[in-house]
Amino acid sequence: MTTIGVLSLQGDFVEHQAVLRRLSADVRQVRTPDGLRDLDGLIMPGGESTTLCRLIQDFNLYDPLRAVIKSGLPVWGTCAGLIILAQRAIDLDFPTLGALDITVRRNAYGRQVDSFETNLSIPAIADGSSRPFHSVFIRAPVIEEVGAGVEVLAHLPADAGPAATSTVALRQGPFIATTFHPELADDDRFHRYFLDIVRQQGRGYTPK
Amino acid sequence: MAVETGTITVKRGLAQMLKGGVIMDVVTPEQAKIAEDAGACAVMALERVPADIRAAGGVARMADPEIIARIMDTVSIPVMAKCRIGHFVEAQVLQALGVDYLDESEVLTPADEAHHINKHPFKIPFVCGCRDLGEALRRIGEGAAMIRTKGEAGTGDIVEAVRHMRAVWDGIRRLQSLPEDELPAEAKTLNAPLEPLKETRELGRLPVVNFAAGGIATPADAALMMQLGADGVFVGSGIYKSDDPAPRAHAIVRAVTNYNDPAILAEVSRGLGEPMKGLAAKGLSQEELLATRGW
Repeated sequence: MTTIGVLSLQGDFVEHQAVLRRLSADVRQVRTPDGLRDLDGLIMPGGESTTLCRLIQDFNLYDPLRAVIKSGLPVWGTCAGLIILAQRAIDLDFPTLGALDITVRRNAYGRQVDSFETNLSIPAIADGSSRPFHSVFIRAPVIEEVGAGVEVLAHLPADAGPAATSTVALRQGPFIATTFHPELADDDRFHRYFLDIVRQQGRGYTPK
Repeated sequence: MAVETGTITVKRGLAQMLKGGVIMDVVTPEQAKIAEDAGACAVMALERVPADIRAAGGVARMADPEIIARIMDTVSIPVMAKCRIGHFVEAQVLQALGVDYLDESEVLTPADEAHHINKHPFKIPFVCGCRDLGEALRRIGEGAAMIRTKGEAGTGDIVEAVRHMRAVWDGIRRLQSLPEDELPAEAKTLNAPLEPLKETRELGRLPVVNFAAGGIATPADAALMMQLGADGVFVGSGIYKSDDPAPRAHAIVRAVTNYNDPAILAEVSRGLGEPMKGLAAKGLSQEELLATRGW
């Protein structure tokens, strides 16, 4: 059985859990360093990035999460989770985990009134059909710089307004990140893609 | 499609991102900063906290947009603001100002005794109060993207919040026990629209996020509401009417994350100083109750 941890300090962790359970993965809500034991993969959900960073410090999770990243365990961050995985987060007063060689700007599309839905073409998760992936962006961050070792998985379409063509999904080794919320879509292809990475990796992680 | 804004999915979606969090009432940019530093997932920008609205009497209206704008400039977390029940022009003003969420709130003096705001045409999402399942479903039918149980604001007394949260869940459990052909009659009894009622029965919960509000003053109060099935909590007067607001705010945030862990609750509850003095909800006259505003 594949065990996926979902960081459950604040945010939409239950939504991730529901999709993973539908795909028959074993899910564990992670709130303490102990919760990181024997995982096959970890998801950092959406939520408020300042709140999540505050709670990561409060519950002594920063160093254990750094160790998880260093071990190469597959990790996926959505929205706030992406911000926490980035090497550089503009205007965030907390240290991030530095898994992804990107620079990210928080709430960069504007306020909630500018939150949006759109369809994306994501070849990496294609299931043989050309069906687009319906994507929900909630006060989403914008990725301003992408390092050389980062594989871009999806862009916004060219007709998507001021931030058109910006990167919204990416992968760097065992780490993936999306500025949108596949857990809010009625489409589990992104979760399947993550579980495939986890299974290719094929080992559990145990912190020292 | 290119991009679509103001959809029901993005309106409900922001509330989903706030789950497991604490939304704090603030009246100045300095308080907003303290709330953000303590780990609040959003702030409610007000001119006065509910306890002071009670004390001041008179007509309570939307806050001065100047105060709200200054708070929006100070913090990066979402900023909510309140408008009066039925006052759709206050709502238009707050939307134009760019607030992230609107609370059509019984804490302010109602502008319309018969009609709540039709929330569907707005691009920004609304949260509304309820005392039971029927009231929650009426608000969802009008377009509310988030619900909070009302409790009794500005009292520091948790009893009404508990009553309302239990009532919502009682209503949901009852729905699930009914055969499908009895749902229209149940909708009639609850005075609630049928579609969200059916959706609630299917999901086994409200189709939108449901926070607890009105009377939360301690970390234990917050954890109580979470264990009773709240998705998160609003804390109004409970923080800035206490002796030492910043540590209390931080403690309530940690309590909501670990609401099922009594050892952590004990740890975060220590040495917080005096909570707000409070006002027993039972001692209030019918005219002093805020929860009975709206229908």
